[in-house]
Amino acid sequence: MVNTGDTAWILTSAALVLLMTPGLALFYGGMVRAKSVLNMMMMSFGALALISVLWVLYGYSIAFGDSVGGAGLLGDPLEYFGLNGLMEDATSEAGGLPVMAFVGFQAVFAIITVALISGAIADRARFGAWMVFAGIWATIVYFPVAHWVFAFDGDDVIGGWIANDLAALDFAGGTAVHINAGAAGLALALVLGKRRGFGREAMRPHNLPLVMIGAGLLWFGWFGFNAGSSLAANNTAAVAWVNTLVATGAAILGWLLVEKMRDGHSTSLGAASGVVAGLVAITPACNAVSPIGAIIIGAIAGALCALAVGLKYKLGYDDSLDVVGVHLVGGLWGTIAIGFLGTAAAPSGVDGLFYGGGVDQLWRQVVGAAAVLAFSFVLTLVIGFAIQKTMGFRLTEDDEVTGIDTVVHAESGYDFASLGGSGSTAPLAGQARAEARNTERTLA
Amino acid sequence: MKLVTAIVKPFKLDDVKNALELIGIAGLTVSEVQGFGRQRGHTEVYRGAEYQVDFVPKVRIEVVVSELDAARVVDAVVEAASTGQIGDGKVWVTTIDEIVRVRTGERGDDAL
Repeated sequence: MVNTGDTAWILTSAALVLLMTPGLALFYGGMVRAKSVLNMMMMSFGALALISVLWVLYGYSIAFGDSVGGAGLLGDPLEYFGLNGLMEDATSEAGGLPVMAFVGFQAVFAIITVALISGAIADRARFGAWMVFAGIWATIVYFPVAHWVFAFDGDDVIGGWIANDLAALDFAGGTAVHINAGAAGLALALVLGKRRGFGREAMRPHNLPLVMIGAGLLWFGWFGFNAGSSLAANNTAAVAWVNTLVATGAAILGWLLVEKMRDGHSTSLGAASGVVAGLVAITPACNAVSPIGAIIIGAIAGALCALAVGLKYKLGYDDSLDVVGVHLVGGLWGTIAIGFLGTAAAPSGVDGLFYGGGVDQLWRQVVGAAAVLAFSFVLTLVIGFAIQKTMGFRLTEDDEVTGIDTVVHAESGYDFASLGGSGSTAPLAGQARAEARNTERTLA
Repeated sequence: MKLVTAIVKPFKLDDVKNALELIGIAGLTVSEVQGFGRQRGHTEVYRGAEYQVDFVPKVRIEVVVSELDAARVVDAVVEAASTGQIGDGKVWVTTIDEIVRVRTGERGDDAL
């Protein structure tokens, strides 16, 4: 018998989480220059399209099928191929959640994780190569890692090693989603190299109001992400909801404070970034800490990420929209913070170091975080270089300077491009190129 | 015939337009432009990275007038656009060889 309250909440949460990806498209889209806003948004929409199909075909089965060989590394890809056998109502007499509600809820996690990576490679990745990357990455990185972290042992089902054997706590995806996407972003930024003019030319956000709208939508959708991860409409969901609110508020304050002291100004981009930093950090911890713990996690996340986004200039990698500085750093902090700030009074019921639990939970958190980081970083490097060597990942210099929107998508985001370093000549140059191609075709 | 071109601060556009209407100018053309003079640009900060923005937004006003009106137009623009601060802009006058009203084909002063 289906528990209607739980089911209604989870289906609603799934829709909330889905909205995060278009929200991310706005958040990222506003941050790039006018000449590549559409491509930036298309990378998110491309992930929405492709991953939803792959998830139904075999993604769910790899993530939540019975562990192959009982090793906890990946589920059986054929067990639920095409969601085979999951349409019947298999809930028990006691009541429960239809499997399809869980399938839908987890699908949107896979989508947003892939979309997050795109921020590291703004302005310079061929769209076709991105789509190929998205499919391969989801298949051999995300689906297995989701199995590690989200697949709990069942009556006659063996789940993933991080969730069951290591017993690291990750409520909604600090490891599987944020560390995973952040490490992948770092690897891809290294594979693709810097944008032309990185560090020399002004590459400022072309539309901060879009960024603010996107951050707002992300925050809204994140209530589904975190509070929905209880998989029930219950007390855990309510605790997660409140922690998600207050950690994010504290993170905005933390980010703005660092900016005010370091740069002299508190910026709107800083506030929007603080929103995401706080949400990322509280994601693994929202059922494991008290609301005061959430404030501490959020405030430190905001300050830490505000400092971390400067690293790329010092170390010389072009993580264009700071996937590393926000998602990797914020994800690491949130995941490891459970080892310090976890409290037995919270729904997860585990004391961290500061609550007298010793270092037992702390080392589990560190191992879980490090494993996902290393796995994602190494495999992403391999996938990225393989695509670069075979089909080519990066745009030619010409196309990159002209602007990817006109060259790859044959569109421009706005009727009037501004003069301010955004490539005002892009539409004309694109037109000239299109004419040249047509001429070649005619001649051939 | 003269072309009077003025580069002024954007917020002064209405004042300049009103001043020109008062002295009987029948039409003008406005465009948004960017550039720098002694005012130079300013600094913006995004996620801690500082960017020097060299170009300041300005408004360009163009008025075509008869030779006799040119001096009055320049005076009106200068008076209306002035704040006394760096960055108030410039006004210059150039000579025009020919002018045609597209609708009627009238030429010279008749076309103004």
